[in-house]
Amino acid sequence: MAFLSYLISGLGLGSVYAIIALGYSMVYGIAKMLNFAHGDIIMAGAFASFFAMTAAGMPLIAAAAIAMVLCTLLGVTIERLAYKPLRNASSLSVLITAIGVSYFLQNAAQLMFGSDTKIYPTVLNGSFSLFGGQLSVSYLSIVTILTCVVIMGALTLFINKTKTGKAMRACSEDKGAAVLMGINVNRIISITFAIGSGLAAVAAVLLCAAYPSVYPTLGSMPGIRAFTAAVFGGIGSIPGAFLGGLMLGVIETFAKAYISTQLSDAIVFAVLIIVLLIRPTGLLGKKVSVKV
Amino acid sequence: MKGLLNWLFGAKRRSRTISFMIVIVSYIVLSLMIASGSLSRLMISLLVPVCAYIVAALGLNLNVGISGELNLGQAGFMSIGAFTAVILSGIFSANGMNPVLILLICIIAGAVMASVIGWLISVPVLKLQGDYLAIVTLAFGQIIMSLVNNLYVGFDANGLHFAFVTNTLELAEGGKMLISGPMGATGVSTASTFTAGFILVLCALFVVYNLIDSRSGRAIMAARDNRIAAESVGISVSRTKTLAFVISSCLAGAAGALYALNYSSFVATKFEFNDSILLLVYVVLGGLSNMSGTIISTALLVILPEMLRFLQFYRMLIYAVVLIVIMLVSNNEWLKVKAEQLKKKLTGKRKGVQQS
Amino acid sequence: MTETKTPVLKVTDLGIDFGGLTAVNDLSMNVYENEICGLIGPNGAGKTTVFNMLTKVYQPSRGTIELCGKSTEKMSTIEVNRAGIARTFQNIRLFMNMSVLDNVKTGLHNDISYGTIESILRLPRFAKQEKEADAKAMELLKIFGLDEKADVIAGNLPYGEQRRLEIARALATDPKLLLLDEPAAGMNPQETDELMKTIRFVRDHFKIAILLIEHDMKLVMGICERITVLNFGMMLAQGTPAEIQSDPEVIKAYLGE
Repeated sequence: MAFLSYLISGLGLGSVYAIIALGYSMVYGIAKMLNFAHGDIIMAGAFASFFAMTAAGMPLIAAAAIAMVLCTLLGVTIERLAYKPLRNASSLSVLITAIGVSYFLQNAAQLMFGSDTKIYPTVLNGSFSLFGGQLSVSYLSIVTILTCVVIMGALTLFINKTKTGKAMRACSEDKGAAVLMGINVNRIISITFAIGSGLAAVAAVLLCAAYPSVYPTLGSMPGIRAFTAAVFGGIGSIPGAFLGGLMLGVIETFAKAYISTQLSDAIVFAVLIIVLLIRPTGLLGKKVSVKV
Repeated sequence: MKGLLNWLFGAKRRSRTISFMIVIVSYIVLSLMIASGSLSRLMISLLVPVCAYIVAALGLNLNVGISGELNLGQAGFMSIGAFTAVILSGIFSANGMNPVLILLICIIAGAVMASVIGWLISVPVLKLQGDYLAIVTLAFGQIIMSLVNNLYVGFDANGLHFAFVTNTLELAEGGKMLISGPMGATGVSTASTFTAGFILVLCALFVVYNLIDSRSGRAIMAARDNRIAAESVGISVSRTKTLAFVISSCLAGAAGALYALNYSSFVATKFEFNDSILLLVYVVLGGLSNMSGTIISTALLVILPEMLRFLQFYRMLIYAVVLIVIMLVSNNEWLKVKAEQLKKKLTGKRKGVQQS
Repeated sequence: MTETKTPVLKVTDLGIDFGGLTAVNDLSMNVYENEICGLIGPNGAGKTTVFNMLTKVYQPSRGTIELCGKSTEKMSTIEVNRAGIARTFQNIRLFMNMSVLDNVKTGLHNDISYGTIESILRLPRFAKQEKEADAKAMELLKIFGLDEKADVIAGNLPYGEQRRLEIARALATDPKLLLLDEPAAGMNPQETDELMKTIRFVRDHFKIAILLIEHDMKLVMGICERITVLNFGMMLAQGTPAEIQSDPEVIKAYLGE
């Protein structure tokens, strides 16, 4: 029974990772950049929803909606100001810029909100029992997992069925050819950042509901974890990010429960390395070959 | 004498002579400033860390610039060097050994330890390419930090004692803890000096430049420029990438040892992901494959946040803005064209003068 | 007759599939010492694929490749080069950020025997071998008229000189067989004439066999002693330039019905 309960809480954590990783992976697939500032968008979403609930007294759903709007705007603005001028620059320059943006967001948040930890309001409490009380499942885990599945389904439909989604796939396949087909690549990249950042806001609310503390560097660790999850599943692949996120959450929870809390970090990364050694482009990543 | 100078500085590459000159002149100027008391205490305290970061960044530039592989775990190798040094210095200083000798042994041991681990890691890992390699180096950096963070080492009359995750060490009378898990290294007897840092920087430059101008260096750069062509002329790409990675780790290990013996105590999280990223920032801002650039940008960027302390909370914000603006300006097409024109104008004029 | 000697390159029933698609099939050909052979055919006939199999960039699905009587089946790209096959590429693959001289010296990689430690400490063997490598590289550059540009960065060379530098780099590996993939592509008629002379000179001077892919018929018919024609991955004809020029199958493949 303990196993099942760990599995469910692992899937809950993994769902949060998966939602963040989806954003990471989409941005990578289309803009071909590692957006290290993605984690700090989560932080922005956490603060936005925190103040919406505490200062403005909004209900959870409204606060989440506000956070999504703000994060989307933030993501698109960052892309316009910092990344768009670097479209033709080396990937390292873009990486460094993303790191700069990450520092900027963290320190701006510290200036505006202070570096102290704020306690996120309790949004979804309680749990229900199964198997005659042997297994207790929190509502939050269920909501988180369901949210993640819905997002994943909606995103898959969007990518495969809509015109914009198809244009996105075209851009990730070959940007040059996409331009020749009359696709506005800049618009597609903006949309990608908008979706990724909106998802980060959702993840922020779910994350803070589970770990109710808000502070300026809150996004770093989930950011790195989600990046790991995206690579784990095959970066650029949407089902890969989903799978990678879930697996990472489960592995982390199991490692904490069965092996050691302090070493869970090392174990997660060790598993990642082993997976990459067996499948060098992640679980669902495409193999790339060079034409000679 | 001339032969010796040539051996040291090499006549062939101008950039090499310039790098050595920058380091030597800075050392002389800074030493004079220390002697005349015109250097603030804060600045003096930064000299050894700056040297350590320069050495680690030079190694990283070998990896990222010359070999062309992104490495997000350089701080992890500094960590290996640092904690190796802490253990050894704990043993030797208990025996009352000369601090200079301790420092020398620790730097060599730190470098060797980091090279060995770098080599073990590189053999499977360098099969990966591009961003996948980057994430694995990141992962290794995190693993190393996490392991050191749970390591307990003590030294007493019976020798060294190790424990992992929980501190179960029971040291004999007169023994002392060298590494205490999350509390990090404690009671280190400091041995690093600015002169030692200066010599280490010179050694690092010597190693890096001599490697670049050799068979191995050419192979490393060839594998970076065109993997397939490199194999077509009989170069084993994986071997050359490993070599660059190992030497880069080696320099980071030496740098870590120098850094460690500058402080009486420090924690494992001193070498975390953010520090690997900072080292990468130094290298990219200084210019890939440009060693003089790495030296200057490392020194400036380590000192800059300290200089901005009077701005208090705004300093890291400004630091971030500086980073972004530098990247945007240095990659601006319009500015690039203008700079090229200006350069042509200037060199053109000089030629004109020579003709007349 | 040449047929009695061991060929430098002996290809038997060579074939390769990509997924379900057969790119090359049933190709047999020999290249003998001191010979210049041509491999021609319409675009997409599989010529470069043959080169990629010879250099083990691709592992053939069927057939054998023998270099001086030794099978290359178990060799990697690197080992094939060490065994004596050097090549150039259709889309030039130079080390674009390195100097012209260093490009050629990179070709001398396996000719130099000092180790990494020796080079870092600048021990005597390093200086001696570097000096020899410089001399060898300069000699090669002179043959291709690039000695004046030894210190130029390869990426800054004009197109024709980049093609010549690639050949010089390949020759630096001291091959028995040199594979040239469209050496005259992008060259004007004068440059092509110059190149023909250089290729002959290289053959005579280094006493090696040369197999080349080329679309410029003047060059192919002018310097090749024997020619193999590929079409849709299959061998269409083999023979001397005169035989190939009058072969009705070849004419049909090139000009269409």
